[in-house]
Amino acid sequence: MSLTTAHSVVAPSASSKRIAGAIIIAYALISIVPLLWIFATSFKTPPDSIAYPPKIVFQPSIEGYCNLFTTRTRQTPEYINSLGPATGFCDETVRKRNMVIAGPSNFLPRFINSLVIAFGSTFCAVFLGTLSAYGFSRFKVPLADDLLFFILSTRFMPPIAVAIPIYLMYRELGLSDTALGMILLYTAVNVSLAVWLLKGFIDEIPREYEEAAMIDGYTRLQAFWRTVLPQATTGIAATAIFCLIFAWNEYAFAALLTSGTAQTAPPFIPTIIGEGGQDWPAVAAGTTIFLVPILVFTILLRKQLLRGITFGAVRK
Amino acid sequence: MAEIRVQHLRKAFGDFVAVQDSNFVVEDGEFFVMLGPSGCGKTTTLRMIAGLELPTGGQILLGGDDVTMLRARERDIAFVFQLFALYPHMNVRKNIGFPLLAQGMSSAEIRSRVEETAKLLRIDHLLDKSVSGLAGGDRQRVALGRAIVRRPKCFLMDEPLGTLDTEFRDLMVHELRELHNRIHATTVYVTHDQMEAMSMADKIAVMNHGVIEQFGTPREIYDRPASMFVADFIGSPPMNFLGFGGGLAKGAKEIVVQGAKVTVPEVREDVAPADMALGIRPEHIRFDDASKLRGAIYGTEYLGTTQIVAVETSDGIIKARVPAEIRLNAGDHVGLTLNSARLSLFEKGSGRAVKTAIHDTASQGRVQHG
Repeated sequence: MSLTTAHSVVAPSASSKRIAGAIIIAYALISIVPLLWIFATSFKTPPDSIAYPPKIVFQPSIEGYCNLFTTRTRQTPEYINSLGPATGFCDETVRKRNMVIAGPSNFLPRFINSLVIAFGSTFCAVFLGTLSAYGFSRFKVPLADDLLFFILSTRFMPPIAVAIPIYLMYRELGLSDTALGMILLYTAVNVSLAVWLLKGFIDEIPREYEEAAMIDGYTRLQAFWRTVLPQATTGIAATAIFCLIFAWNEYAFAALLTSGTAQTAPPFIPTIIGEGGQDWPAVAAGTTIFLVPILVFTILLRKQLLRGITFGAVRK
Repeated sequence: MAEIRVQHLRKAFGDFVAVQDSNFVVEDGEFFVMLGPSGCGKTTTLRMIAGLELPTGGQILLGGDDVTMLRARERDIAFVFQLFALYPHMNVRKNIGFPLLAQGMSSAEIRSRVEETAKLLRIDHLLDKSVSGLAGGDRQRVALGRAIVRRPKCFLMDEPLGTLDTEFRDLMVHELRELHNRIHATTVYVTHDQMEAMSMADKIAVMNHGVIEQFGTPREIYDRPASMFVADFIGSPPMNFLGFGGGLAKGAKEIVVQGAKVTVPEVREDVAPADMALGIRPEHIRFDDASKLRGAIYGTEYLGTTQIVAVETSDGIIKARVPAEIRLNAGDHVGLTLNSARLSLFEKGSGRAVKTAIHDTASQGRVQHG
């Protein structure tokens, strides 16, 4: 056999690369269509949003965003004409629909609740998870295997299965509709994932690093902080994204346990529909804004995430 | 620098005894090697000296102070790991300076100490490089730098050359010994490689199953192995054993092996009748057709200056190292003569060496039994 006919057994051939590329593009298109739909709807006017057949080309408007952030009341044209000139684009748009802005909507506080609860619980879960994973990885913990199994077993059933006991418990403890309660709840759900993921990553870090540091005059905590933690950043970042996605998107508990001050965005967004007709652009605008933080967070950490999904296998 | 004194050191992991009743003294400035197959307890002993494992029993004295139960960071020792354990998130300079940072030294002083150390190891041009891009030998030098920068009481090294390829390893063996000659640091070095041990050590402890089989200079260990294990572990090819029976009387100078009379170093103790073994280094065998000890050539291994010849005797194959010029063919019958002054005698049951005239000059070749 001549050298020219030799082919690599590991490198994919050009045709298989093309097929793979086509599959990926097709899948990406299918996945992205609902997102594009939402994004487009958020910039439609309410009549455009319910037009049939759906409008692909339309005059973009930020009316949906105006409606998302405000509450409005219907007024007679005479009353509206008696007002001074409109103070901004939103004001003007709303007046055209015979309404005036009555005040800010609850979207912003709900969105902030979501940020506080999701990032707070992610921080707690990752913090506790890192320390527990380090303990399980490095020390002889009595019944370590049973404990790890127990931690994993908390994920055997959907968390919502315990909704009623938690609801009653929270009512008794005064944790209902509080950010603290939601942070505790999401932390509890996520910490098992964090322990298991991070234990894998920390197991991969040779203990010689801490031993070297401890011989060189550092305490175990200092050694952990200066040698283990910097090398576990990949795993921590990956774990944080998984935890954050769960806490950010969680709907069922949020709907059950929060209704007022601590309500997060997921249960709030659907309630927009009821305010002044089926305001799809406002719902779509809320959803679009809701997607932003997780998108930014994931893009910032995408390198770690990609390495993270291989569960530390790439680390040398 | 300091002397290390290990007394009745013992370590058990549950039912498994990793180290039993170890006793040795590493003198100030000595290069001491613990040699043995994997699982013999050498690394466990080293880790106990370092404070990474706590002993089940016994004492460790460092420069006269009992450090048996002290934490690693309180012992003032340096450790070089097999995998170097260079911190991948720090550059060479920060890696070497890391131990000094723990002592709260000023950054100017750290800088000058790190540069001085780097110069000593000839890695000053690498100081601002990332450790992940370094070649094996340079990684090793950085790891050594991190150890010597602190000027600790002693250095502990756990197979530091184990992951290097042969070329680098030979170079580093030379460099390590040269470095030791310059700074005279008390060093405990663990390896399973007899060549490393023989070429670097002032003293060697050969360990097996948690027991120190022999403690002595490389010469003592090679010439007067204290047990069949040591005789077999050291030397390439290892010592040959020919079985013989009967007891030995003090003053005996001759034994009978496979019907042939063999002159041996004068026996210095009485040994009750038992299965015995005669130990012969390959280089102490010559071919001599007149000899009554006979065998058939089984195969040869040509090494250039010498050749290793496997000879099948009635007691199995033994290997002889003879000049390369001798022409030999498989199947040839040959007679073997042995260099009488250099033979060892062993009790087969215990593996213990019988005391003979070869031990007369041995001052430090103490035999230690667990």
